[in-house]
Amino acid sequence: MGREITIFQFRRWLLAYAARIIENESHLTELDTAIGDADHGVNMRRGMEKLQERLQEDAQTEDIGTFLRSVAMTLISAVGGAAGPLYGTFFLRAATSPTNGRSVDLIQLTQMFRYGLDGLQQRGKAQADDKTMIDTIQPAVEAMEAALAARQSAAVVLAAARQAAHLGMKHTIEIEAKKGRASYLGPHSIGHQDPGATSAYFLFETAAEALTTFNSSGNSSERAA
Amino acid sequence: MHSFMNTPGSAITQSLRGMALCHPDIIQVHFDPDFVERVAPTQAGKVAIVSGSGSGHEPLPIGYVGFGMLDAACPGPIFTSPSPIQLLAAVHSVDQGGGVLFVVKNYSGGVLNAELTIEMALQEGIDVRSVLVNDDVSIPIVANRRGLGAAALACKIAGAAAESGYSLDAVVDVTRRAIAASRSMGVGTNVNTLPRNGRGVNLADDTIELGVGIHGEPGEVRSVHQGVPEIVGMLIQPILDDLPYAADDRVLLLVSGMGGTPPLELYLFSEAIHELLSAHQIRVERQLVGNYLTSLGRGGYTTTLMKLDNELRDLWDAPVHTPALHW
Repeated sequence: MGREITIFQFRRWLLAYAARIIENESHLTELDTAIGDADHGVNMRRGMEKLQERLQEDAQTEDIGTFLRSVAMTLISAVGGAAGPLYGTFFLRAATSPTNGRSVDLIQLTQMFRYGLDGLQQRGKAQADDKTMIDTIQPAVEAMEAALAARQSAAVVLAAARQAAHLGMKHTIEIEAKKGRASYLGPHSIGHQDPGATSAYFLFETAAEALTTFNSSGNSSERAA
Repeated sequence: MHSFMNTPGSAITQSLRGMALCHPDIIQVHFDPDFVERVAPTQAGKVAIVSGSGSGHEPLPIGYVGFGMLDAACPGPIFTSPSPIQLLAAVHSVDQGGGVLFVVKNYSGGVLNAELTIEMALQEGIDVRSVLVNDDVSIPIVANRRGLGAAALACKIAGAAAESGYSLDAVVDVTRRAIAASRSMGVGTNVNTLPRNGRGVNLADDTIELGVGIHGEPGEVRSVHQGVPEIVGMLIQPILDDLPYAADDRVLLLVSGMGGTPPLELYLFSEAIHELLSAHQIRVERQLVGNYLTSLGRGGYTTTLMKLDNELRDLWDAPVHTPALHW
């Protein structure tokens, strides 16, 4: 097994995620205006600003489970809409997966994403091809599991997740919405990329960046978007 | 300037403060987390009724807090459901040991936040249940049907049942029955402008949008050739066909403006609705016409029919004292 992924990297990952979402607020609003109620960008930005405040606090004293639970509660209280409880449930459930305290190995990391995905599916009751965030997260987690089974490195596992998430996000353009507000449009939802699948993609894009940069100080060189 | 509400975040806070100043004998407002609670004392063991909703639909739900209706209501951001943190704070404040009922409109955000809150409350040993309002017949898939005017009616029925001492199980049952007896549909003229994104579309003079939602969700654009009776026919017939409502049925009729259609027009539509229902020998036994479920300043209205029996009628008639409904 390679090096473990530390709580500092988790913190850097979620800071990068918050920044990426804030940069993309108007993009998310645009996508949600086409097939939803135009609030995904605003809601996610509000949640990410709270998350940034939360992440400024000292991470020294926490284990990863406590850290992820606190991230979940921040998102649940600040995002609102459907995205708040969905992202909140993802992190709440991920927080219950086994860790080594302040770090995880690659098997544990993959399992953590699997726990999050399972929680999300129980909460939202969406299946693949319903045109939701599941269409991004499910193939990403499956790609992680496949790469892990093939004994790949963390960098390869997370790159596979990112690629599968990207394909999943793009696939939502082609399909009809079965869940969420876009489902009211029926076939008219085809041709539009799902906003939730898009915000979920950034989770994997930033994970591939932050979780593979090994640096325990929390001051790693940031990759430009 | 198309709105006095320039910053949606502070607009909600300011409006809540104003409401508290205007109705100090009925409600008190808590901030951070935000919820509105009734002032009138309640019997120990009374089932508490709570409803959350995105802001922009006033008076739903905060205008329905008070004796005989809601014990508390949680306003979310504009068109965005309130968080479990707000709902749980309201539950803690109003639970009298008799359990709590959430009246939830069927939108994914509302449902997910309610479910998460119910899990959290159950972990604390508080019995919280929910009823789902899904009366919008414009959505073909029944499971996806949105909550419209029946949300206001369900809050009244549940509140009256709780006030008269029904158990939590009995309140749940009668409220579900009221929702199952209700069907709605909306018709829109212009599309509302949402703060921040500036969306706003005006329809051509001779068209309307049929089956619109209350968050700017589009409906089907239809041309209108013969005016009001034709629009009323397009709106009421799908409602009648869906339950279906039949000759000799007794109904409660709710005609609610969406915020941009004046009362004059609501009564003008009501005349045509009465004529159509009368032609089907459906008896309008109770009715409510005005702005009871709005969509910021959107033009248009929703119509709701609830089939009445004696129990539902008596619960509807029971005394109520809230900012928006009182008799």
